[in-house]
Amino acid sequence: MNNIGKNSFDIGYMDTLAAGDSFFHRLDPRAKLITTILFIVTVVSFDKYTISAMTPFFIYPVVLISFGGLSYKYILKKLLIVSPFAILVGIFNPIMDRGILIQLGSIGISGGWISFISIILRFVLTVTAAFILISLTGFNAVCEALIKFWVPRQFVIQLLFFYRYIFVLTDETERMVRASSFRVFNSKAIGFRVFVLLIGNLLLRTLDRAERIYRAMCCRGFDGHIYIIRSMKIGYQEIIFTFGWALLFIFLRYSNIPLKLGVLVMGVLK
Amino acid sequence: MSHHIVEAVDLHYTYPDGTVGLKGVSFRISHGESVALVGENGAGKSTLLLHLNGYLTAWKGIVRIGDYPLTKKNLQAVRRSVGMVFQNPDDQLFMPTVFDDVAFGPLNLGCTQDEVERTVTETLKTVGVEHLRKRPPYKLSQGEKRSVSIATVLAMSPDILVMDEPTSSLDPKSRTQLIELLKTFRHTKIIATHDLDMAIDLCERTIVLHQGRIAADGLTLKLFQDEDLLHRSSLEKPLRMQNCPICSSSKIRSFKA
Repeated sequence: MNNIGKNSFDIGYMDTLAAGDSFFHRLDPRAKLITTILFIVTVVSFDKYTISAMTPFFIYPVVLISFGGLSYKYILKKLLIVSPFAILVGIFNPIMDRGILIQLGSIGISGGWISFISIILRFVLTVTAAFILISLTGFNAVCEALIKFWVPRQFVIQLLFFYRYIFVLTDETERMVRASSFRVFNSKAIGFRVFVLLIGNLLLRTLDRAERIYRAMCCRGFDGHIYIIRSMKIGYQEIIFTFGWALLFIFLRYSNIPLKLGVLVMGVLK
Repeated sequence: MSHHIVEAVDLHYTYPDGTVGLKGVSFRISHGESVALVGENGAGKSTLLLHLNGYLTAWKGIVRIGDYPLTKKNLQAVRRSVGMVFQNPDDQLFMPTVFDDVAFGPLNLGCTQDEVERTVTETLKTVGVEHLRKRPPYKLSQGEKRSVSIATVLAMSPDILVMDEPTSSLDPKSRTQLIELLKTFRHTKIIATHDLDMAIDLCERTIVLHQGRIAADGLTLKLFQDEDLLHRSSLEKPLRMQNCPICSSSKIRSFKA
């Protein structure tokens, strides 16, 4: 019935995946973080009507998912859950941009539709890359890599706390929704008024918890700084991984492989 | 070693919303003593505990830790010597992994990386959860969380251990293990609890709080005989001091026969 914690938000499973032990798992988090950022930047840098030139980039997620022991099904599910955001961003393009760009026989495809598909492609590639990064590395290790890259500590600590308490918070929400739904008999969904009360209650509980956590931190000598000790090592494997992918991304970015392949095939056919 | 002494003199505290927490609480706990703090819900147990490491400040009265009154100046030193284990381990364990959590205190105290490594390993061994060091706290069982909470406090090598309901929401086996573990500690212990059987196991002395005042202060076994006192404080005689309702009932005996 109310499986908020189980179905949609099951991000905890990514940590389970991150505990795996493949070649990609063992790489230094920094190498994976840099590579992911490079990948995302390259994909996003394409022109807004690009579709075909972006398709070879699927090689990156496919290789990492296949050899990293991840599950396509899990990542696809997560993609579906966040996809409304991308669809919302692009949904007005076909309406605003009606200029015909491609003529397929008698059907003209407008620039709007092309850019919409381009946005969806970008979304799939970049979000998959982010999911893969976390599933191969673990959220905490990614945060530690961020600290090593001089991202402001306060910001990273916020992220860490957010991640630590999101589970506690979803648990609490789940319990509240369950408790209220057990006492609602006449309709299936909880009413708007009850929903507002629940949200308010949740906020108050969160504030209370924040207070208690702060108290626990004070008891252990918290003085505004949070120290995390981790040793990380960049070896030749990391260098090969990052540079290998970086070279491939640059190559794929500047030479439209599908187009060249098409031209080649057409040439042979002629 | 006088720094293990905890003394409260005429503590009064009222919460900002007007709820009266303490109405004149005085006691003196000396080095190495184990004291149970019992009383009904809302008697002021947790409020009192929060005074002991300076999280709340009484508007009248003094707390002395060691020989010095607790002031803003020596707050950090006091917090180092008074280790506090909270009731809900989810509030106590806030770092990404068990290791980080136990290391949090020592790192704040300015220990070096090697020292921290060593302290964390030793403390985790002491409470018997060394295998959990890399796990995220939210994935642990309640009993494991409790052990790790205690480790986080022990890692700061406090002189005085203050615990709020340490045995709540533990299964009987984890509860027994925890009691056995606490028995091995030589610290001065102050334990707020409703688990009077644990109080018998661990504490030779008990303080009974009732509506913000001390209703009784004395030997645990003696106080727990006083049914009137227990009744007034919404408590019941510990199970092992009651006659067994099953064995002593003739009905059951005949049923068994």
